[in-house]
Amino acid sequence: MSKARASLGRTAGVHIALIAYTLIALFPVFLTIANSFKSRNAIFREPLALPTPETFSLIGYQTVLKQGDFLGYFQNSTIVTVVSIALVLLFGAMAAFALSEYRFRGNALMGLYLALGIMIPIRLGTVAILQGMVATGLVNTLTALILVYTAQGLPLAVFILSEFMRTVSDDLKNAGRIDGLSEYAIFFRLVLPLVRPAMATVAVFTMIPIWNDLWFPLILAPAETTKTVTLGSQIFIGQFVTNWNAVLSALSLAIFPVLVLYVIFSRQLIRGITAGAVK
Amino acid sequence: MNASDTKMTDISEIKRPRRWHILVFLLPALIVYTAVMILPLIETLRQSFFNTVEGHYTFVGLSNFKVLFGDPRWAADFWNALKNNFIFFLIHMVVQNPIGIALAAMLSIPKLRFSAFYRTAIFLPTLLSFVIVGFIWKLILSPIWGVAPFLLDTVGLKWLFAPWLGKPDTALIAVSLISVWQYIGIPMMLIYAALLNIPDEVIEAAELDGVTGWSQFWKIKLPLILPAIGIVSILTFVGNFNAFDLIYTVQGALAGPDKSTDILGTLLYRTFFGFQLQLGDRSMGATIAAIMFLIILAGVSLYLFVIQRRMRRYQF
Repeated sequence: MSKARASLGRTAGVHIALIAYTLIALFPVFLTIANSFKSRNAIFREPLALPTPETFSLIGYQTVLKQGDFLGYFQNSTIVTVVSIALVLLFGAMAAFALSEYRFRGNALMGLYLALGIMIPIRLGTVAILQGMVATGLVNTLTALILVYTAQGLPLAVFILSEFMRTVSDDLKNAGRIDGLSEYAIFFRLVLPLVRPAMATVAVFTMIPIWNDLWFPLILAPAETTKTVTLGSQIFIGQFVTNWNAVLSALSLAIFPVLVLYVIFSRQLIRGITAGAVK
Repeated sequence: MNASDTKMTDISEIKRPRRWHILVFLLPALIVYTAVMILPLIETLRQSFFNTVEGHYTFVGLSNFKVLFGDPRWAADFWNALKNNFIFFLIHMVVQNPIGIALAAMLSIPKLRFSAFYRTAIFLPTLLSFVIVGFIWKLILSPIWGVAPFLLDTVGLKWLFAPWLGKPDTALIAVSLISVWQYIGIPMMLIYAALLNIPDEVIEAAELDGVTGWSQFWKIKLPLILPAIGIVSILTFVGNFNAFDLIYTVQGALAGPDKSTDILGTLLYRTFFGFQLQLGDRSMGATIAAIMFLIILAGVSLYLFVIQRRMRRYQF
């Protein structure tokens, strides 16, 4: 009896601790979004209140949409992220297939070479990357960012995908070979569809650092026409420091797509981390 | 049947024509990875041995490193950034990882209600960009808005409040804690996964022996999740010694106040690109990048060859 009560007490304690931390995690995001819909006076008078009909205002969003080219930034970020992910998935899956399917001389060495980039950050080569981009005339183009992010995403993609491809049954592939399928057809028609869940995990993992990166857009593509959302909001907010409505609205606009994607993909993401990462 | 099978493959392996498709599969990834990542990395390391002497770009041996370590114009900034970077890392190890482990331990309690909700919510900040995180906290900690003092007041701790980000002796701690707030989701998730992988039989056996609650966590679960804690630590190490964005967003490229939040990433940025009156210096930028590379390499090697090998792993 007392034991049951003790465990009830413990469960309550756990819930209190978890709720407390959840509040710490969500409060700043809530505060930003709630205040972005309020008038300037209300933001300062009662920062913690939700917007009411009297204090509701969209002035911040109007400033943001008028002053900054946020639609353009969104478009740039989307192009860079989508193309990079597509290339990472295609090239990564191809390399992973070669490494996991065929035995050839230097296989293990190749795997190790491609895995180097998991631990060594690509940023350390920035000095020479910038020189290379200047030499090839790619500075201030989205291509420069796409190339860098593809290279950055490949090592982890190859690593995860080759682990998964080892689990695809050999019988299936050999049956395909007997039916006269080429190695390319076996890869594209038999193996790729089977590793789709792993591809989704890789896509989510690859997407977050690309979308959020500030370093490479700042260095390789700071021009107005190639700014990404992250760089765009950084610069916009820097210029409008004193306009709190605009700052809060810009932040909310930057949070919004992440929030939507997270709501859609959170299961996939969490399953990916909890299944593949620690083995 | 079996014997003939192996014989067949033996023959085909000898006679097999060059398998071009392997090359086709490997080549795109190999080209992009080598051209955009490996070669620039090597080239950056190479440039750390070169500098412009009297208008000529020449090989100077280790003199760039000597300047960085000893020259009065560079050394103070460099050692300051290196020290701050270590403090930044230590705060992560001492605050982020224990809290992450505690959260994971609570989330992994079987049949805990709402655990999926807690998990999703606590992981959210990890997905936000540094720009968002940096500015949100700058606003919250700002004495002008007064959210932080107001919240502290409600728990009776108003006297504690100070403009933390603006004072040299607290700014680094404040920035580190913001980064901890953002990244706590990663240790939490990885350790949560490790805890879920512990088989029920082990826990049941412990319970039969009367090992429950806290002592069960310390004596049974913690030793079993040590490999996951090792991975979390090395990820934290690499991430921290490569950090830049958050400090740039919150404190600017000068990593103020008075360079009290300057770490290697911000020093590299200022050195390579220049800032305000300071001109960009390619060779010294490459030198700082080389130092960062060596630090990260040392950390990763220590983990791979010493820590990971000594760690006892349990197979179930």
